[in-house]
Amino acid sequence: MNPYNYLYLAGILFTIGAIGVVVRRNAIVVFMCVELMLNAANLSFVTFSRINGTLDGQVTAFFTMVVAACEVVVGLAIIVAIYRSRRSASVDDASLLKR
Amino acid sequence: MNTSSSIVYLIALPLFGAVALLLGGRRTDKWGHLLATAMSAGSFAVGIYQLMQMLGRSTEERAITQTLFSWISVGSFDIDAALLLDQLSICFVLLITGVGTLIHIYSISYMEHDENRRRFFAYLNLFIASMLLLVLGNSYLNLYVGWEGVGLASYLLIGFWNQKPAYATASKKAFVMNRVGDMGLSFAIMIAFATLGTTTFAGVAEASHHASEAALTAIGIMLVIAAAGKSAQFPLQAWLGDAMAGPTPVSALIHAATMVTAGVYLIVRSNFIFDAAPTAQLIVVIVGAITLIFGALIGTAKDDIKKALAASTMSQIGYMILGAGLGPAGYAFAIMHLLTHGFFKAGMFLGAGSVMHGMNDEVNMRKYGNLRKFMPITFVTFGLGYLAIIGVPPFAGFYSKDLLIETAFDAGGIKGPILGSITLLGAAITAFYMTRVMILTFTSKARWDENTHPHESPWLMWMPMAVLAVGSVTTGFLFTRGDALVNWLNPVFGDHGDHHSEHLFEPIVVSMMALTAVAIGVAIAFFKYQRADIPAVAPTQVSFFTRFARKDLGQDGFNEAVFMRPGQKLTSLLVKSDDRVVDGAVRGVGRLAISSGSWLRLSQTGFARSYAAFILIGAVALIAGIWVVTQ
Repeated sequence: MNPYNYLYLAGILFTIGAIGVVVRRNAIVVFMCVELMLNAANLSFVTFSRINGTLDGQVTAFFTMVVAACEVVVGLAIIVAIYRSRRSASVDDASLLKR
Repeated sequence: MNTSSSIVYLIALPLFGAVALLLGGRRTDKWGHLLATAMSAGSFAVGIYQLMQMLGRSTEERAITQTLFSWISVGSFDIDAALLLDQLSICFVLLITGVGTLIHIYSISYMEHDENRRRFFAYLNLFIASMLLLVLGNSYLNLYVGWEGVGLASYLLIGFWNQKPAYATASKKAFVMNRVGDMGLSFAIMIAFATLGTTTFAGVAEASHHASEAALTAIGIMLVIAAAGKSAQFPLQAWLGDAMAGPTPVSALIHAATMVTAGVYLIVRSNFIFDAAPTAQLIVVIVGAITLIFGALIGTAKDDIKKALAASTMSQIGYMILGAGLGPAGYAFAIMHLLTHGFFKAGMFLGAGSVMHGMNDEVNMRKYGNLRKFMPITFVTFGLGYLAIIGVPPFAGFYSKDLLIETAFDAGGIKGPILGSITLLGAAITAFYMTRVMILTFTSKARWDENTHPHESPWLMWMPMAVLAVGSVTTGFLFTRGDALVNWLNPVFGDHGDHHSEHLFEPIVVSMMALTAVAIGVAIAFFKYQRADIPAVAPTQVSFFTRFARKDLGQDGFNEAVFMRPGQKLTSLLVKSDDRVVDGAVRGVGRLAISSGSWLRLSQTGFARSYAAFILIGAVALIAGIWVVTQ
């Protein structure tokens, strides 16, 4: 099978994720879209690794997963904390840093 | 050349007095004036001792030097702090310390009720030390230190009563105008060092034999500027009248007898430069001739007794500068007039101080009159000084001024008659205004009000006046007997006399002309003032010339129009350009940062999604850019 198809898929996934981050207000959904973009990146790493016949991309994919897991832990904790104090998970409500 | 180790005490004693009184502060109030007077007198005693030593040596060995320490030593550039005592400097040493000591004694009584008397004496001692350094330095650089020192002392003493704003302004004016002259001296030193490679008098004299005339002329002109600033000569003369703001003993010591004659000393000391640079020498003569008439004219219009005397000082120093500009024939006579002038002018200033002392510090001569009855001693001493300055034989001024007039007539070519006539005219005007001072103060009808009780001054004040009056009577005779002073000074000028070969007029004819001029001046003043009633308020309906002379012949107006206002315009222009251009650039950078910041701030919405959108757009734009470039 043509490995470039995986790259196209990665591109589509990344675009969906990016649009989701910009468009959706719910923090949980924004978060899932970020994960989607990370996974798109992972997919392209693995694909390039396959195309080039080396293991570098595969290894990087594992690193990315670890970082993503950590990010999820911290991010979810923040979202929960914000939800507790503000009774809302909308990212637009948490816009107090501008002043 | 001989060396000696005791010259330094001349300077060290008064310097010690000044330092002790300034550092000692109020603790020394009780006896400070006595210490200062003792230091000055001690310095005078050392001067007498040095004179005796010098008289004991043969003519060739009279000049001695003392090297104090190596002052500046950089590579081949070596300057010692060294003192040179020769026939010329010993005259000045004795004048400075002798008259200085008398004025110290006078001031003990004159400043008795001033709570800052100790500070006054500290400054006087500082002045004596600086002035001695000026005349004893063996190089232009050492002289420069003293030159600045006397400028400082003069500034401090003119502004001694600086609680009055006008007096503080006068001291600043004197300081600033002196700085213009000091600039000339520093340029002269720099040119001398650059072209001749040395700054010692001996070195420059040696090098001047084979130096280019252009360099020597440049040095000479700069020295003339220096002399004009310090000696209140045209065109830097305007400060002297205002300098009378200082206490009267200061006017007598600094602004009549010693400091203002430093310019004459400088020119006479630099005789080797002026002898080799005729252009510079001509400028000296012109400056002297202008100032001698200029000062005399101002003197005729002044009602303030001290300012009339100041104008007279300016005029008399004009005579000296003129004499110094006449070359080897005139140097000794310039110094002689300087010394006799030191006696009679200091005496008259002290007399004026004595009059003020008895008249509630009134200086307006129109409020005086008939003081001869109330202040007989002051009248006699002032009168002897008066006879000396107008040049009545056998008083001191007759000899010295007569010799200067004679030398001026003998200047040769067209110069001779012109300069001779100017000096004669100056003598006539001098006689006129000094007679006016005499009549207004001592012999006309009394014009003071009933609150004034004129009285003779205490003995501490009239004693120095009497000593100076004796000097005004005798010095001229002593100096000229057997050409004593001329023969004494000639070795300094590397000259062996013998330049009285041709006379335009016989000396006796010149004397007769001078006496006639004096008689005319005295007669005019006598008929104008003694015979007529003198209004107590200066008349306002007077001719243009009188008004012009009252305004110091426009010297302040000229300075203000030509230097002060353009200077102010220049500075305000510079301030504006600094404000607009330099500060404008600095402020512009700040304003740019602020405005761009406030504009960029709008993008900081606080919405996480808009940040994300910006990041996305940026990333896409970056990739697109790379793609476009690499394609």
